[in-house]
Amino acid sequence: MANSTSAYPGLRSRLRKSDAPTAALYLAPALVGFAVFYAWPLVQGVVTSFTDWNLLSPAHPVGLDNYARMLQDPLFWNALRVTLIYVVVNISTQTVLALAIAGLLQSVRARLVTRSAILLPWLVPNVAIAIVTLFMLDPNVGFVNEMIALIGGKTQSFYGNSELAIYTVALVNSWRNMGYTALLFYAGMQTISPSVYEASSLDGSSGFRTFWSITLPLLRPVTALVLVVSMIGSFQIFDTVAVATAGGPGNSTRVIYYYIYQKAFEQFDMGYASAMGVVLFLIILVFSIIQLRTLRATDSDVS
Amino acid sequence: MSIQAPDRVDAATALLVTGTQKRPRARRHATPGFVASWVALVILLVITIFPFLWMLRTAFTYNADIFSAGVSLIPENPTVVNFRRVLGLATTEEDLAAGGNGSGVDFFLYLRNSLLFTAVLVIGQVGFSALAAYVFARLRFRGRDQLFTIFLSALMVPPIFTVLPNFVLMRNLGWIDTFLGLVAPYLLMTPFAIFFLRQFFLSIPREVEEAALLDGAGRFRILTQVIMPMASGPLATLAIITAVNAWNEYLWPQLVGRAPDVRLLNVAVATFAQSSPSASPDWAGLMAAAALQVIPMAILLVIFGRRIVNSLGFSGVK
Repeated sequence: MANSTSAYPGLRSRLRKSDAPTAALYLAPALVGFAVFYAWPLVQGVVTSFTDWNLLSPAHPVGLDNYARMLQDPLFWNALRVTLIYVVVNISTQTVLALAIAGLLQSVRARLVTRSAILLPWLVPNVAIAIVTLFMLDPNVGFVNEMIALIGGKTQSFYGNSELAIYTVALVNSWRNMGYTALLFYAGMQTISPSVYEASSLDGSSGFRTFWSITLPLLRPVTALVLVVSMIGSFQIFDTVAVATAGGPGNSTRVIYYYIYQKAFEQFDMGYASAMGVVLFLIILVFSIIQLRTLRATDSDVS
Repeated sequence: MSIQAPDRVDAATALLVTGTQKRPRARRHATPGFVASWVALVILLVITIFPFLWMLRTAFTYNADIFSAGVSLIPENPTVVNFRRVLGLATTEEDLAAGGNGSGVDFFLYLRNSLLFTAVLVIGQVGFSALAAYVFARLRFRGRDQLFTIFLSALMVPPIFTVLPNFVLMRNLGWIDTFLGLVAPYLLMTPFAIFFLRQFFLSIPREVEEAALLDGAGRFRILTQVIMPMASGPLATLAIITAVNAWNEYLWPQLVGRAPDVRLLNVAVATFAQSSPSASPDWAGLMAAAALQVIPMAILLVIFGRRIVNSLGFSGVK
């Protein structure tokens, strides 16, 4: 902190001395929490990834075996593929829907109650979302299928069909998060100067054109940031899969997070699970760096 | 954050007329575009809210009636038996008659556990993170900013990665199936909470604090009686975000909190769903159980709607 120009020069000496003892006291809980539950597990996790360990007998080092095994493991590649489908479908639909909702909220100048209502699914636990959508999408008594039957369509087992299941999970979570994401975009839109819109309306520009050619470009930095954050979250899809499909049918929704979980806590293959955790960590890191680079590049758009 | 929503057509009028909370919505002419926007928004709102209304309607319906109940949102033959069943208030006979498996779930206990879990995490995380955030914002010692950067980098680590060693640690400590084990990894800090609060503490003018120091106030008094009241808005926002996250927590509680006396609602509801026969699921009971998870959040939204909605502008990092 460079701004030490104090309004009270008499305090200088008191402020200049190190606050180390007080700082140590106040930081103690957070430091313990960080060291025990973040830093140490991180080290442990990396170390474990080079061992073979079933929790019962002591771990023994196996070098890079776990990583080599990953390359040979079709279920690992399947998990990556399924996760990627999930991320692409979830992020694309969620972002488009959220932008549309934010634009609509803006154009009708929605009241607080509307903006709150759209947020409800995001506040509801994933477990409840999974159960409610299992019911809504049930092939026999589900409301959605009743509606499909009503208009003469073919009813579907959305969660129970291996062709559809991962798309169902992705769209359910898009539905859950679209209101939240929309409000992030909406908050970003409020920072755009009204005079920009004024100028455009004087030019005779209409609603959708204004949104497309003015709002969206000016919103790009916000969009980029929201994309980074939601993509990191999207890679970590677990709850919905665990409750609604348990990775099935077959392997069709066995996403990477769920596969790691099963290896670790159902088969007690801690070494292999940790190695996959390291890989997931690296994937998320690379994606974040790429996206943050893009974010910096788009910064110049506003000014 | 209560900036007026700038309107793209009559922004000038808005600027002239507003200044307070009132918006000139009545002045708006019902152009076709405006009507179309409203229609689209209403459809999206229905899609957002309807599944929860349907959940409630089913929770108040007898299992036997679900097939024939039609598409009315008001149950024809309403009943509270499903809520009595999941709260452990119904007899085994009642449960079996209403389509349950007679195993007698006691969500009353799990609801209490979840509320306690959420409350403890909110108090612990916000309190301890406020202390740490104050240190990073104000106190000086060597290596402070480096330490803060290290703390922040923990945001990048996917939870599943630390869950494995943490689970092993809990096992070694004998904390599996204890309340302590349930809250331990989240109680003392989260990188996000410290980062979030530090931002606000930094924005408070130093002069305020220096005046208090001059009066002989200690650091702790300054933090609790000067800084924290000035940051009460962000603190409340953080508390709400923490509560929502705690209420949603599933992976960790189902690993270390399966025993009934520490079981959380999320774990119990998921177990209930998995044990429901797949041939004829106890939908009415499941919807009543899900309603127990949804209703507290709906209440939170009704009470704190403005704060939650307005906070999203700057909490988007989470």
